[in-house]
Amino acid sequence: MAESFRFELVTPAALLISEDAEQVVVPGQEGQFTVLRQHAPFITTLKPGIVDVTRPGGETQRFYVRGGFADTTPEGLTVLADVAVPETELNAELIEAHIREAEEEMGAAGEDMHRYAVAQKRVSDLHDVRRWIIPA
Amino acid sequence: MASLKELRNRIASVKATQKITKAMQMVAAAKLRRAQEAAVAARPYAERMESVLANIAASVAGKETAPAMIAGTGRDDVHMLVVFTAERGLAGAFNASIVRKARMDARRLIGEGKNVKLFLVGKKGYDMLKREFEEQIAERMEFRGVRQFSFAEAESVAHKLLGLFDEGAFDVASIYYARFESVISQVPVSQRVIPVDFPEEEGSAPVHYEYEPDEEEILADLLPRNLAVQVFRALLENAASEQGARMTAMDNATRNAGDMIDRLSLSYNRQRQAQITKELIEIISGAEAL
Repeated sequence: MAESFRFELVTPAALLISEDAEQVVVPGQEGQFTVLRQHAPFITTLKPGIVDVTRPGGETQRFYVRGGFADTTPEGLTVLADVAVPETELNAELIEAHIREAEEEMGAAGEDMHRYAVAQKRVSDLHDVRRWIIPA
Repeated sequence: MASLKELRNRIASVKATQKITKAMQMVAAAKLRRAQEAAVAARPYAERMESVLANIAASVAGKETAPAMIAGTGRDDVHMLVVFTAERGLAGAFNASIVRKARMDARRLIGEGKNVKLFLVGKKGYDMLKREFEEQIAERMEFRGVRQFSFAEAESVAHKLLGLFDEGAFDVASIYYARFESVISQVPVSQRVIPVDFPEEEGSAPVHYEYEPDEEEILADLLPRNLAVQVFRALLENAASEQGARMTAMDNATRNAGDMIDRLSLSYNRQRQAQITKELIEIISGAEAL
């Protein structure tokens, strides 16, 4: 059995989780990564996606996060998400709303190519999440 | 001397007022509890955010690529004062004390020859400041229908402020709000948010992080987020302070109304007794005359 570490999932509105986990999969901006105990210090921004937590004993729990960042140290992992919703409370409407927001952002970007690209990536990441919730 | 009927009306009206203030006090107490819980729940995020940001900032500090939000624009000519007030009054000195602090700072800065602009969040602040600083008001927002502040409102304020900063509308921005100390004490405070004001690092050994993407890109994402977090904190603290101030103010009002009712009832009873006595004397002296 793998050893556990401290995991915290925080949003501006609340501290969702603060407990020990064995393994956490996080949707990093440049690709998903898995955190185990004694991970090297590491900070990354997040893309919209699913955080997959495995508790000691093998029980798993999933959360949708809309973005934010993750702070990894050998002692533990802190995920600061701007929106985080447990899988059980997740529905397609919420994702649809977020997709619309991101699409508006795309429209508002105008000539700013960087901003446009960022918003576009967001839209495609959100579509991935929707596919994950509602298997085609 | 007021007539009996007038006194009776007066007492009835004060009683009605007392009922209203009592109800407002109870509503404020219920809202205060919720506002306090929200403020407490938002704290962990702000704390983690601060420590991560301080870490990254330390690693880019002094570099030429440091973004303007950390290094500043190199000037401090134009000051933006972001003043958070409530949408409603009847909360004691709550709105007035925040506005007073902002007004004093604005006058001082103008006296020093700086350019001052105002960003007013909340209706009351606008009402109180529009006369003196009509020209300086750059932006204002109201959250009339909002019952409980969510991060989205904070983001919309931060977004506007950042837009103004990117246009070069100001060099330094501070936020004004009332920090919630306790139900009877709310302290108006100001805090510089642009350029970011980092708390002094303690002697802890800096952790050497890897960044993905690089520091600059993370900062570009983090700094606006941090601003939104600071704004969110101000909104929540303000919401709790407002309810606390209203509760105390309405408690006082209820008590004053009670005192007034006592005084009015006393003079009402006295007058009624005087009238009865007078009528008796008239009857008796009439009977004796026969």
